[in-house]
Amino acid sequence: MKERGSTLLQKEGTKSVLASLIAILIGLAVGAIIILIVGIFNPSLGIKGALEGVQLVFGGLFSTGRSAAGALTFGFNSTNMGNMLFRATPLILTGLSVAVAFKTGLFNIGAPGQYLMGTAATLILALSIPTSVVPAPLVWVIAFVGGCLAGAIWGCIPGLVKAFLNINEVLACIMTNWIAANLVTWLFDNGSLFANLQNHVENTKTAYIYKTSFNGVQTAKLGLDKIFPGSQVNGGIVVAIIIAILIFILMTKTTLGYQLKACGANRHAARYAGIADKRNIVLSMAIAGALSGAAASLYYLSGNTEFYWTSAYQSLPAIGFNGIPVALLAASHPIGVIFAGCFMSMLDIVGLQLTNLTAYNEYITDVIIAIIVYLSAFSLVIRMLISGHKKRKNAKVQTVAATTEPLPADTPPGTPPDTPPDSAAVEEGGGEA
Amino acid sequence: MTFLIQQTLIYAVPLMIVALAGVFAERSGIINLALEGIMIFGAFAGVLFVRLMQQAGFYVDAKAAGDWVALQGFMILAMVVAAVLGAIFSLLLSFASVNLKADQTIGGTALNLLAPALVLFFIRIVANQNTLQMAEGDAASYFMIKKSFFGYGRSEEMGFFGSTFIDKTYLATYICIILFVILSILLYKTRFGLRLRSCGENPQAADSLGINVYKMRYAGTTISGALAGMGGFVYALTTANCASTGEVAGFGFLALAVMIFGNWKPLNIAGAALLFGLFKCIAASYTSIDINGDGVFMLAEIGVSPHLYRMLPYLITLIVLAFTSKKSRAPKAEGIPYDKGQR
Repeated sequence: MKERGSTLLQKEGTKSVLASLIAILIGLAVGAIIILIVGIFNPSLGIKGALEGVQLVFGGLFSTGRSAAGALTFGFNSTNMGNMLFRATPLILTGLSVAVAFKTGLFNIGAPGQYLMGTAATLILALSIPTSVVPAPLVWVIAFVGGCLAGAIWGCIPGLVKAFLNINEVLACIMTNWIAANLVTWLFDNGSLFANLQNHVENTKTAYIYKTSFNGVQTAKLGLDKIFPGSQVNGGIVVAIIIAILIFILMTKTTLGYQLKACGANRHAARYAGIADKRNIVLSMAIAGALSGAAASLYYLSGNTEFYWTSAYQSLPAIGFNGIPVALLAASHPIGVIFAGCFMSMLDIVGLQLTNLTAYNEYITDVIIAIIVYLSAFSLVIRMLISGHKKRKNAKVQTVAATTEPLPADTPPGTPPDTPPDSAAVEEGGGEA
Repeated sequence: MTFLIQQTLIYAVPLMIVALAGVFAERSGIINLALEGIMIFGAFAGVLFVRLMQQAGFYVDAKAAGDWVALQGFMILAMVVAAVLGAIFSLLLSFASVNLKADQTIGGTALNLLAPALVLFFIRIVANQNTLQMAEGDAASYFMIKKSFFGYGRSEEMGFFGSTFIDKTYLATYICIILFVILSILLYKTRFGLRLRSCGENPQAADSLGINVYKMRYAGTTISGALAGMGGFVYALTTANCASTGEVAGFGFLALAVMIFGNWKPLNIAGAALLFGLFKCIAASYTSIDINGDGVFMLAEIGVSPHLYRMLPYLITLIVLAFTSKKSRAPKAEGIPYDKGQR
């Protein structure tokens, strides 16, 4: 990546990438095995349905529906591509949120709450400021900044109690998540302060907030809709990538980034070196919160997404939690997060294709994500295996590494999934179960 | 008052038993963040067992004949199935964190992601919808203890004690309480308990005395998984009408909070669980709580938004922790993978 970077660093980098790719491959393979097993034991699906499911798991991004004969067709699908980028936007930002906290040694499981607070602030600002008085682009900026700030404030709370009261940040984050869920519902519920933002134009809908385009506020398309016609893609992805690069610069090139990482490596040693550890913990959580808030802002400012809630909040937004696998898969590297985010949103698209085209449902992609996270928990072991292979030329590891080379996303459209990694994984999956 | 006590117990008991599950894992040195996931999995396993048994035609005769002893046995069997499958599911965590020395927080998070995804995937395939319910009847008609079992007529009163603790309760609640007591004694008064706790405080010292740290950590996490799986089924049985929906409303995380609030000690945990059960109960049914029995629903008449009541359990947790966390003392070696070569 850098010319003057030492070879050792490059090796570490390649190892991380390789470990992540192995995790992805095993995750996809286990997903395919589950699909096969379910298909074989379920008479309504059969082997044919199972094989179609497996095909979609690996190449769902390039699926173009079914031909007249009923067979699955594959090819470049601009709608899927554009929607992948659109869905990747919030995932990249929540992934960054979790990654920044990881670098400071904190586990930000509070992203869903920060995301919800960002949602509320963005929607309230974008819909309440009249565009007849303030120009729409300015409202967009205000709403975006407002969303980030709301997220930052919500992220500060676990940071503050962690730094000054020694409360486990995981616990504080979980509590603030549920508090945020109820608070946001409260804000928009009937008879509350912002109940006037409920969508009453389309009266078939209850408990929906207006789209921001109702007030004329939406993210510029930046010509991306011309490249990917028929999709929801907009300039948000560009903003997300710029933010990722800024975070990369912050973490690697500035004093603040160094201090944050020092706190993550060893809080006590950092304090001994004169770094204000408490201030850095709060700051790290604030940045993390702002990133989650930004994720919500970009998602809802797109103008074609709606916020929906139920009167008794029972579940938290999945985008917040999905930031965790994104960050883990990217090994907390800000640039890696961009690719990991795109991969996760690709799995989302795969899930949709599975639901639409086969009798399977989208939850299989969640299973794949969970397996990838599980494997990244011991990425250290995988990395050790890789370096062991380089030294000892271990035959068994060699085969594992060899199978990683064809990336599932890169497989040319139309080709059925390669059999070698599949059969190799059957053995591995059998060993695991 | 009767209603308040019954409802509080319904919420408090799953919290209590799952918090104890957390204690077993953490006292042996493994952070079990996966409690939520294991609960979800256990609830699914128990409900699926009940459904399959009903579909296979077992217990139909017992139900028709009103043989409530057999039906209670059926429920206990389902609890055992949930516990066994919860224990098996938790092996994923112990394998990653003991054998592979992986990051326990991430491993737990993976299980938390895996359980709802797997469960929803299979529920969709089995039931073709997002909820897995009993094949027939409901939880109350099958498993609830009623006064008629004891020969009381429809209009006869059982007295305060009877109507509060026997009529319209679930046997599962009392089984959990008994288990809680037995396991607390196991943890504090037996050789096994002492060894388990020593592995969470100073595994190197424990190893030097001939205790197999890996085995003890496996034991702790497996007991933890069994209890959490059973707690998940009990939660589904008593609050969700024996249905599995791929979530337990954050109860696993709340149990984690109860455990930390209870300072990793069973007696404190029981108290903390009752407190949170009370607040959960208020949040769920504040409109129908009549505290002193004069027909005035005081909490509903104050006019506070229901959202505030729903927020209350979490807000109180945070505030209470703010005051108690300085004193709280986690097991010293929790979260640190044990490496024999390390000093």
